[in-house]
Amino acid sequence: MTTGWLIRRCLFVLYTMLIVSIVVFAITQILPADAAVTLLGENATPAALAALRARLHLDDPAWLQYWHWLSALALGDFGTSMRTGQAVGPVMFLALTRSLVLALCAIALMLLIAVPLGISAAVRRGGPIDLLAGVVSYLGVSLPEFVTGTVLLIIFADRLHWLPATGYVPLTDDAVEGVRHLVLPVLTVSLILIAHVSRMTRSEMIDVLHAEYVRAARLKGLSASQVLLRHALRNALLPVITIVALDIGYVLGGIIVVEEIFALPGIGRALIVAIETRDLPAIQAGALIMAGTYALANFLADIAYAVLDKRIRYE
Amino acid sequence: MSDFTYRLLRTPQGVLGAAILVALGIVCTIGPAIAPADPEAMNVLGRFKPPGAQFLLGSDDFGRDMLSRLLVGARGTIPLALGATLLGTLAGAVIGTLSAYLGGRWDEAIMRTTDAVLAVPGLLLALLVANTLGKGSFNAMLAIAVAFAPGMARVTRSVALTVRRQDYVSAAIARGEGVAWVVFREMLPNVAAPVVVETTIRVAFAVMLFATLSFLGLGAQPPASEWGLMVAQARAFIHQAPWMIIAPGAAIALAAIGFNLFGDGLRDALNPRDAR
Repeated sequence: MTTGWLIRRCLFVLYTMLIVSIVVFAITQILPADAAVTLLGENATPAALAALRARLHLDDPAWLQYWHWLSALALGDFGTSMRTGQAVGPVMFLALTRSLVLALCAIALMLLIAVPLGISAAVRRGGPIDLLAGVVSYLGVSLPEFVTGTVLLIIFADRLHWLPATGYVPLTDDAVEGVRHLVLPVLTVSLILIAHVSRMTRSEMIDVLHAEYVRAARLKGLSASQVLLRHALRNALLPVITIVALDIGYVLGGIIVVEEIFALPGIGRALIVAIETRDLPAIQAGALIMAGTYALANFLADIAYAVLDKRIRYE
Repeated sequence: MSDFTYRLLRTPQGVLGAAILVALGIVCTIGPAIAPADPEAMNVLGRFKPPGAQFLLGSDDFGRDMLSRLLVGARGTIPLALGATLLGTLAGAVIGTLSAYLGGRWDEAIMRTTDAVLAVPGLLLALLVANTLGKGSFNAMLAIAVAFAPGMARVTRSVALTVRRQDYVSAAIARGEGVAWVVFREMLPNVAAPVVVETTIRVAFAVMLFATLSFLGLGAQPPASEWGLMVAQARAFIHQAPWMIIAPGAAIALAAIGFNLFGDGLRDALNPRDAR
């Protein structure tokens, strides 16, 4: 990893964010024949429409509108909510912190379950654990979050009364209640991740176990666990990093659904509320912040990969 | 072809996946005919009946038969998910092939932009597009197609780059054929096979995405018996009638599992050496 490589990666993140901002702006503000109609609904009076158009500068050419929006963004101004009249940026970033707690817990739980599951499945191919891993991975990738989430809610909240059904308690207010409210959302988000990553770990591990250096390590007389942990695991986990980074896209999508089901006031729910109330600045800010988080996560994964994989030398 | 079918049906995934897809196909074509009751018929006395002899999968808040609604609802889910995937694949395939054909700076520009669009999570992109186009099944289908196009463009491009170096493409260019001819008639048909596998697995994702959009209120609209919408509406009765959620949820999962299994079987059959 050289400085030049790092700078190029940073520039690509910036370029990505620029394109993302164009995409978000184009989809939300330019594509609709008339954003004012989108905002006020089909039955708005012509006078109200004209007033809104003037207020939002909707009669300006598209590039000028985009330029105004972008230059405000560059100063950290995400716009003002049309619903509450508050600045959108701080509200969205606060919501993002709640979502990040959910996302990081889900990723941690996934790593705890998926990596050991994938390894055991690879070591004893065709055994009961391998079969279990196979079933889990098919169920995980085939069950949308809104189904898993609702079914978990029926079982653990409605029938067994073990956990609260909905709502959110900040971890700093009451750690125990906070965790109890997080359990079901975290389980829901992590299932699809466990499915992907355990499958990936298994197939990478099978490849690595057939490699020459693992054979050599065995012939050297190392114990099975030494071979597994010291030689095989390290190389099997590298591609897993990439998968985890790509899966953050699923996590962010999953968060939208899960926060809606469990009434968790994160950025996904903020986005859904913004869409339902046609709050354009909030929709744009929410979408941009989520996409930015994803781009940043991928950037960090690239760096982690470069640090861990001694074979890659970026010039 | 028969050899290929044999290889596909030799794997357990292939057999199971094919069986589920055939069953889904039958339900989509003759679903309303085999439905035990009228899916729209309301029955005040038969509200919230648990699964039993009268209603095999229970009844909903209007006393409508869940099984009949599911059987009819397949039409509102599966064909649209298929359509979304096909549209997205087609758009992505054209972009990817064109990018590989043009090469150089154009390729670089198109692919960097594709990467940037991929930085918007799929569900988010579909959500934004569906919101802009307006609620409804057809618009949700278009939204999923838009969300799929950049990913498919990437896959197609990597395949097309190999095809681009083949002699028959050079020959077509030497003959003086136009861009459209080379891309559509010479390159695209040869890019198809690997893209088909990717597409099949994506249908599973499209089924889930489509149901999710409906669940969030941006896809199918009431009183349609679309599966995701059925789950969304049943959430109000989670305590009284959990079967109202479990039945359509299981239907979505079954369809997605079917496409996933079939896609995996297809991949193994196409690359017999790679099978694990």
